[in-house]
Amino acid sequence: MTELATDLHPNKALAHHFTDMPQQREAVTLGMWLFLATEVMLFGAIFLAYTVYRHQYFDSFRAAGGHLFVSFGTINTCVLLTSSLMMALAVHAAHQGDSKKIVRYVLLTILFGAIFLGIKMTEYVIDTREGLVPLNGWWKAQSPDLRVDREMRLFFVFYFTMTLLHAIHMTIGMAILAVIAWFAHRKRFSAEDYNPVDVTGLYWHFVDIVWVFLFPALYLVHPEMHLFK
Amino acid sequence: MSSIPYYPAAERPQTYLNWSYRVKSWLFTRDHKRIAILYMLSITLFFFIGGAAAVVMRLHLLTPDGTLVQADTYNRLFTLHGVVMVFFFLIPSIPAVLGNFLIPLMIGAKDLAFPRLNLASWYFYMVGGLCAVIALVAGGVDTGWTFYTPYSSIYSNTNVVWAIAGIFLAGFSSIFTGLNFIVTMHKMRAPGMTWFKMPLFCWSHYATSIIQVLATPVVAITLVLVIIERVFHAGIFDPSLGGDPVLFQHMFWFYSHPAVYIMVLPGMAVVSEIIPCFARKPIFGYSFIAFSSVAIAVFGFLVWGHHMFVSGESMYSALIFSALSFSVAIPSAVKVFNWTATLYKGSISSATPMLYALGFIGLFTMGGLTGLFLATLGIDVHVHDTYFIIAHFHYIMVGGAVMAYLGGLHFWWPKITGRMYPEFMGKISAFIIFLGFNLTFFPQFLLGYLGMPRRYHSYPPEMQVLNVLSSAGASILAVGYLLPLGYFIWSLRYGKIAPTNPYLATGLEWQTTSPPPPENFDVPPIVTEGPYRYDLMVSQLGTPLIAEGARIQTTGSAVK
Ligand SMILES: [Cu+2]
Repeated sequence: MTELATDLHPNKALAHHFTDMPQQREAVTLGMWLFLATEVMLFGAIFLAYTVYRHQYFDSFRAAGGHLFVSFGTINTCVLLTSSLMMALAVHAAHQGDSKKIVRYVLLTILFGAIFLGIKMTEYVIDTREGLVPLNGWWKAQSPDLRVDREMRLFFVFYFTMTLLHAIHMTIGMAILAVIAWFAHRKRFSAEDYNPVDVTGLYWHFVDIVWVFLFPALYLVHPEMHLFK
Repeated sequence: MSSIPYYPAAERPQTYLNWSYRVKSWLFTRDHKRIAILYMLSITLFFFIGGAAAVVMRLHLLTPDGTLVQADTYNRLFTLHGVVMVFFFLIPSIPAVLGNFLIPLMIGAKDLAFPRLNLASWYFYMVGGLCAVIALVAGGVDTGWTFYTPYSSIYSNTNVVWAIAGIFLAGFSSIFTGLNFIVTMHKMRAPGMTWFKMPLFCWSHYATSIIQVLATPVVAITLVLVIIERVFHAGIFDPSLGGDPVLFQHMFWFYSHPAVYIMVLPGMAVVSEIIPCFARKPIFGYSFIAFSSVAIAVFGFLVWGHHMFVSGESMYSALIFSALSFSVAIPSAVKVFNWTATLYKGSISSATPMLYALGFIGLFTMGGLTGLFLATLGIDVHVHDTYFIIAHFHYIMVGGAVMAYLGGLHFWWPKITGRMYPEFMGKISAFIIFLGFNLTFFPQFLLGYLGMPRRYHSYPPEMQVLNVLSSAGASILAVGYLLPLGYFIWSLRYGKIAPTNPYLATGLEWQTTSPPPPENFDVPPIVTEGPYRYDLMVSQLGTPLIAEGARIQTTGSAVK
């Protein structure tokens, strides 16, 4: 019956159960915003847990934060914001119905995302060498005080959980963007029908914003971190 | 009731059930009605798995020193019962079956906004459900459905990770369902179907969906943290590594208290449809009921701390959580008063759905009022973790949600299957369930008050009488649940063919054929009247099947 119904619609992009394109567009956009709300709650809960311990173990968390590489974090923030800019340009191109530009900017978005992940990997490797991975056998004591040491270990539990969760979200985003680029290449989008680019953009910007919160929460908590002075 | 024309098999109208019989047409369907049926079959399976565990537990508790199963097995049984009933039966029950089937019909849409997501939600649910059930049955889990740390993280050497992974997956199915409902109600309403012309069923599901969308991700990440904790000994909830087990309780109940409303708000949705239909009166205080649903959803997010009154919560937060928990009683009572006011001077008939709805009102009120006992700090310290709380939440979840689910299933059975259920058997089993339920759970209030703790596999001999009563009730309840299973299946073949509108009810779902065509309406509906216009309807039997008074016109001009 689905096949039958789509035949009736002149527009192939319109799913059978919607009456017109604006309705479909609004529904999809609202759906994405709701999904982002669930993501806010997902990350929100883990930020809450982090904040509880950051408050409880104030000094140890600050000391632990000092072991992260602010330079890596700062560069990565710039890289990710640039990828967001590329995404914004892709959305702009989509509004104009310029498929070539969509492909170009979406690929650039993916490229900057990949650079981000590459830098993050490098950082993980260095973290591992420094014994900052909070697993039995991997963790090297960071403080002679046992209590401080285990609190610093807890910081790194959150550091790895949160950044990995973020990296998973980025990877999913890049996979979706690859599909978008393919569709754009096949001329699936037009100035009237660009919504998939739009909502993927929303998702990508959200993932970037999560990093914008992660960066200060994890990297900038050390008292000797005078980046802006 | 007027007879409907008899069609020879070849000329029978095409319905969502008979347009294709291939297995593929079911497993890859994007029709919300078929997905609802898939959900119905699967939650029925899970319900009887969870129920079987309860039966074994009640048999075991017939004697004080429990000889039937060992203490370890008993722990696994109550975990199995709790996990399956909460996550794989109650949470999806009404929304994923009745909500899925009815919301597009009620608002005059062809489908939910995201049909593929809807199907994906069922697959997530099934994979999660099978994963958890296999973990719970083969080997078992002994933490209780709450997975409190450090039971779940350090002290259990059972299949905790698999059970949690299953719940995590099912959580996505719940999020997808809620997201779909919200978008559908915002964007897919038929012309003329304003927010305040929507049936209260939709309002209640809207409130439910808000909770599903906003609360479920929190428990999802919490469960992930428990897995990380368990597999890597991370220490997030382990005091010996600097973590705090009470943080788990906060995060868990931030979802699991609102989850109670995921279970009961859809029950209220069903009751709000059944009561006016069988009282033949417009619902009393429509907007109060609508907004009280939203209020329950909002207040529900602010009361989780009442689960931690004895977990070392500070006096001041306990006071605030206590006060906020009391405040949830207000919107709940608003609903009960409005339903009873609807009954006042109505021409009440005692059809099976109505019996369930009336049962719901009574039992929900009992459950709600005993909830106020538990919100009272002093009493909670006395009855915390006793059978009192078990009785309380079973009054809400079994007396409330399950009664409503069964009521709704009877009410819309003709619409869903095109067949009538046998009325006499329906009434008998409604009475059996009501009787069995009260006999099972009322003694548990007394047991809890006397101090019998939950989750114990043995008890002092002087508590045996009440325990035997409870077990006797459980066996009656089991019969009550098996009867509908039997006669519903029987009715598929031998039930009377259902007319379009067997109860002369208002609402768009009763305007389309039983069962509906694949695209729900042969002509796209245009809505001109509000819901529940039973006052305009001639309530004699034999009147035209299209509810005249409802004056919901379906015009020939397709809406584009
Ligand atoms: Cu609660």
